[in-house]
Amino acid sequence: MSRNKMDSNQNILVKLNNAGFCLNSKWLVKGVSLQVEKRKIVTLIGPNGSGKSTTAKIALGIYKKIDGTVEKYTNKVGYVPQKISIDWTLPLRVNDFMVLTENLNKETIDEALSLTGVIHLKDKSLGDLSGGEFQRVLLARAISKKPELLVLDEPVQGVDYTGEIALYKLIKKITDELNCGILLISHDLHTVMSATDHVVCLNGHVCCSGSPMDVAKNNEYKALFGEQASEILSRYEHRHDHIHTDEGEIKKN
Amino acid sequence: MFDDFFIRALVAGVGVAFVTGPLGCFVIWRRLSYFGDTLAHSALLGVTLAFTMEFNIALSVFIISSLIALTLIQLQKRTNLPGDALLGLLAHSSLAVGLVVIGFLTFIRFDIMGLLFGDILAVTVNDLLIIWIGGALILLILKLIWKPLFASTVNYELAEAEGLNPERAKAIFTILMAALIAISIKMIGLLLITGMLIIPAAMARNISTSPQSMVIYSIIGGLLAVILGLFSSLEFNTSSGPSIITAALLLFLLSLFRIKQSIKLKN
Repeated sequence: MSRNKMDSNQNILVKLNNAGFCLNSKWLVKGVSLQVEKRKIVTLIGPNGSGKSTTAKIALGIYKKIDGTVEKYTNKVGYVPQKISIDWTLPLRVNDFMVLTENLNKETIDEALSLTGVIHLKDKSLGDLSGGEFQRVLLARAISKKPELLVLDEPVQGVDYTGEIALYKLIKKITDELNCGILLISHDLHTVMSATDHVVCLNGHVCCSGSPMDVAKNNEYKALFGEQASEILSRYEHRHDHIHTDEGEIKKN
Repeated sequence: MFDDFFIRALVAGVGVAFVTGPLGCFVIWRRLSYFGDTLAHSALLGVTLAFTMEFNIALSVFIISSLIALTLIQLQKRTNLPGDALLGLLAHSSLAVGLVVIGFLTFIRFDIMGLLFGDILAVTVNDLLIIWIGGALILLILKLIWKPLFASTVNYELAEAEGLNPERAKAIFTILMAALIAISIKMIGLLLITGMLIIPAAMARNISTSPQSMVIYSIIGGLLAVILGLFSSLEFNTSSGPSIITAALLLFLLSLFRIKQSIKLKN
């Protein structure tokens, strides 16, 4: 992660330049360029296995041996991973989990837990939570440390429908209040289109990117998500001008 | 009232228990019991080298155990063998080499039983200094790396993403483990050190609800095990290591009743 002092845009938090990650000689994602700025929500969409989480992990610096470069301009990061395997044999209450990476005072912890609606679970053991409750705790933990960059990998999975809408509203509000930038991964195209500043459509590489409207009009996006892309899309057809080999290479038809 | 050697053993054991308590919790949380075993087995090689070259035993054990730990990390990167196979390979080959070297050391009287199972008679004032100063240093460093180490134990990627440098914490923790084995080998013996790490911590897990309380119960369990074990060792003329571990096991069995009770309460 190099810090480019010459960069005139002070608002950039993280910038990927032609980044890619190769695991066991298979490219998980390749040639991704994007940037997240303050007060902006950048959303990654794409089918399963298209490299969304990988891209997020590249941006976070979890993957180190990468192709291309990552420029990171902040160390205040909050992360909600897609999958989290916590060993439940560890005695861990919600309160202990909240201060996992940073010491916070009681007010800050309570405020974050209240915002995501799980303050009543504060003294419960993490292993006793339901999937949706745990997801809310994960989000509370990420926002409680008032990060400059939030990386949310499917942050509302398993949350009930009303809760989902409320949490997306909260995420939008956080960008304004905390003055932070968000890199969001979501399958909910409806939300993506209404709340996002910039959309990157991935399928092992960047299929298309731009404002939600631009992307919705894009042919490759339509090919990926079906013709009725303006509606809430539950199914997507996978028609392409290219196919993906097992090695993650792209072959033109 | 007590013979002088017994007071020394007690002070030494108490010092060791303060360190094995918190480290033992991490050994359980990070599933490192076989790693602890491997380091302990390699300590025999360290002891024999110390005798051959007339070098300080604790320092020699510390160096050899650290080297074995670093070798393990390198082997994990460069071979396709599973971790437990590599641990077994290093544990038994270093134990075997250590025993072979002892075979050549016919010129010194060597109490191998004391080495394997601990010998309270062997604790000198010098050893007490090593245990208490070394132990204090280990605990101080553990306190400094607690945040990144604990966060990466819970979830490695979260710790890495939020800038806590878990790799460095893991490397430092490995060295702390080697240091603990170096200071406690005379008391407990190399075959039983891992027991002293795991059993009080396992007992603590049964009765605690937070990481902090588990560490505290683990220390208390270790202290009780040392005191009970050493008194019975004096009473029944048994080796100090096995007596301490047996006491720890009894405490663990007692803690199982607590679990039964809490399960009953839930139903």
